[in-house]
Amino acid sequence: MSTNTIVNNPDQSEASFPKVNYLNQEYGLMSWLLTKDHKRIAILYMISLSFFFFLGGIMAGLIRLELLTPQSDLMSSDTYNKVFTMHGVIMIFLFLVPSVPATLGNFFIPMMIGAKDLALPRINLLSWYLYVIGGILVIYTMISGGVDTGWTFTTPLSTHYVNTNVISTCFAVFIAGFSSIFTGLNFLVTIHKMRAPGMTWFRLPLFVWAHYAASVQMVLATPVVAIAIVLLMLERTIGIGIFDPTKGGDPLLFQHLFWFYSHPAVYIMILPGMGVISEVISTFSRKRVFGYTAVAFSSVAIAVFGFFVWAHHMFIMGISNYAVLVFSLLSMLVAVPSAIKIFNWAFTLYKGSITFEAPMLYAFGFLGLFTIGGMSGVFLGTAGTDIHFTETYFIVAHFHFVMVGGMLMAFLAGIHFWWPKMTGRMYPETLSQVAAVVTFIGFNLTFFPQFILGMLGMPRRYASYPPEFQGLNVLSTAGASILGVGYMLSVLYLLWSLKYGAVAGNNPWKATGLEWQCQSPPLTENFTEPPIMDHEAYDYAWLERKSRDSRKEEVASAE
Amino acid sequence: MQNNQAIVPAVLDQAGSEHGEHPSYLRHHFQTVEQQADASNFAMWLFLLTEVMFFGGLFTAYLIYRNWYFPAFVAGSHQLNVVWGTLNTLVLILSSFTMAMGVWCAETGRKTGLVLCLALTFILGIGFLGIKSVEYAEKIEKHHVPGLHYSLRSFLDPDSDAAARAAGDKPMTPEMAVHTELYFSLYFAMTGMHALHMIVGIGILGFMIFRARAGAYTSGHVTFVENFGLYWHFVDIVWIYLFALLYLISRH
Repeated sequence: MSTNTIVNNPDQSEASFPKVNYLNQEYGLMSWLLTKDHKRIAILYMISLSFFFFLGGIMAGLIRLELLTPQSDLMSSDTYNKVFTMHGVIMIFLFLVPSVPATLGNFFIPMMIGAKDLALPRINLLSWYLYVIGGILVIYTMISGGVDTGWTFTTPLSTHYVNTNVISTCFAVFIAGFSSIFTGLNFLVTIHKMRAPGMTWFRLPLFVWAHYAASVQMVLATPVVAIAIVLLMLERTIGIGIFDPTKGGDPLLFQHLFWFYSHPAVYIMILPGMGVISEVISTFSRKRVFGYTAVAFSSVAIAVFGFFVWAHHMFIMGISNYAVLVFSLLSMLVAVPSAIKIFNWAFTLYKGSITFEAPMLYAFGFLGLFTIGGMSGVFLGTAGTDIHFTETYFIVAHFHFVMVGGMLMAFLAGIHFWWPKMTGRMYPETLSQVAAVVTFIGFNLTFFPQFILGMLGMPRRYASYPPEFQGLNVLSTAGASILGVGYMLSVLYLLWSLKYGAVAGNNPWKATGLEWQCQSPPLTENFTEPPIMDHEAYDYAWLERKSRDSRKEEVASAE
Repeated sequence: MQNNQAIVPAVLDQAGSEHGEHPSYLRHHFQTVEQQADASNFAMWLFLLTEVMFFGGLFTAYLIYRNWYFPAFVAGSHQLNVVWGTLNTLVLILSSFTMAMGVWCAETGRKTGLVLCLALTFILGIGFLGIKSVEYAEKIEKHHVPGLHYSLRSFLDPDSDAAARAAGDKPMTPEMAVHTELYFSLYFAMTGMHALHMIVGIGILGFMIFRARAGAYTSGHVTFVENFGLYWHFVDIVWIYLFALLYLISRH
């Protein structure tokens, strides 16, 4: 049993699949489409998110194929513009922003705090419908000619110069934004008002803290982009002049309003992922997260600092030198709480009993790639180097390291970690480990060459490039295909495991969260009786005491 | 006001624990009625916070352009009808009062009073929109709606315009006069967004009147009325700011 030192496979000899659970308590399509159960809504989100991820992934594949050769030969420049715009819009607004919160957060926040549901179940369902409407509008945009402004809708390009479907895309973003607002609002109310007896703020799992911080940002930042987009649409349709220099308006105002959301949006995307990593690393090191309080508050600190750094997206846009100075300094501040997290995770690993299940492999991937992504962010926060790197592939590599290397790794870590709880089935371990490694290799091969390309000065958003950049671009495209194989592998074996996976049992990872103390898949009301929290978060000694007690009881009742 | 001066908790207690049973409006995922009321109240405040941020973007734009183009903003403001604006402010404050009375009626279990208050609020809300559309019609007539047909005549030649003449406006340079369009852009964007919120509110009021007549809010479940009250007051407060910023720029 040499693998036992690497993987601590759960003991499933006594595991049984519960006859009654949230998946089969009601039947029929309408029981899903009109459900108010947070777990079912999470599944609805997961299906629709996967669809849009697939769509955005196809766009990414097309982009990489086009960049295989220096000439623009697969598609025209116009088409290329539309493809990368749709890639950005879909991946950001329809995948990354709702990814972890709307699926894992939706599913597990109520369970982690010992509640039966989110505080506002109908609003939760409404937010899914808004998401779907936003998605349909994006698809409409695509089949009716696309849009080519880039996902940032920069004025005056988007208001005066392009003839593509800016309005429908903006409307999609507006609607999807409200979906995100309602999700965040729901989480805040739930975390404040629905905690079980004994579940104090500092007994909350760090996953909940991270979602709390991200929710604050969703609630405060998203309305600002909503109004910016409304003004953009009015500018484009009737020419109200607010962003039109010929009438005295300032195009920069749009960028300020846009980035006031879109920078915090970066933390809306990454914070929930950081929450996943805290859970996974603690569980597979069998140790309480080192510096629990520091990690909890660093989430809040990221949320707060996140509001004061937006103009670092605008260093070359003609803002004043003083503004550049201040925003450069403030941007550096975000590195502090991010580093606090990384160091505390590293110390959690230190002297832990580490095992290498697939979620842990993804978490390790996250640690390395997020660190590189974060450190390259320092280059971009520094005004001097930023002027050189802006609009090059360095930026593309930077945010893909944070978003794909960080967030997507965390998402996959979370999906694998909680898969047994959500479906009641284990995923196939060895295959998943292979997929995690393939994804990691593919990712690095795709995006690391882009750092070098950016350093050499290859600009982003062009369909063609000088021939001397071809070598690295070929590497990148090759990596993208490996990355694609990694993702497809995950999708296939996860679907396979729905039917053929081993029965998981209540707590296959011997994790401490309340969500692991009930059956998998859970009942519609989550717990058979309202839980009472009588221990700290990540208290593995409590878990051992509990299982010892229940064994004693068994022995006693047998006698 | 005599013996039935029961306040909320008393009503809740009656409805809640008379026979140790849960009232019908307690949703399954809450433990107690108080928790449910607390949660929806908190949610409403958070929603209003998002509304503050939403209007905040517009107020930011206003702040910047008003500082840059102050003379144009003053001249633009002179084109607004302060009489209609003041009347509308009074209408809205009155509607806030009737709404507050409605909440009180719901909390004290007065069904007829609640229906009456909601109906009055509804009528006052419609009245506000009526006056607003009269004002909008004036702007359309004078070509003060931003866009293709926008006219600078009132600002380049104030003598031709009664409102400008009355305010004693001097002719502006064409460079500054073009910025009046920004003023009207903000005027229409801000009051338009506000009116949209009014329309949504009036729609919900209509729905509430029917529910109130069926007695839905006077049997202890008052959170919906309370939360709608918060929304209505919020929309009212936004208007108070708009009135001061748009109508009263140069009137001390």
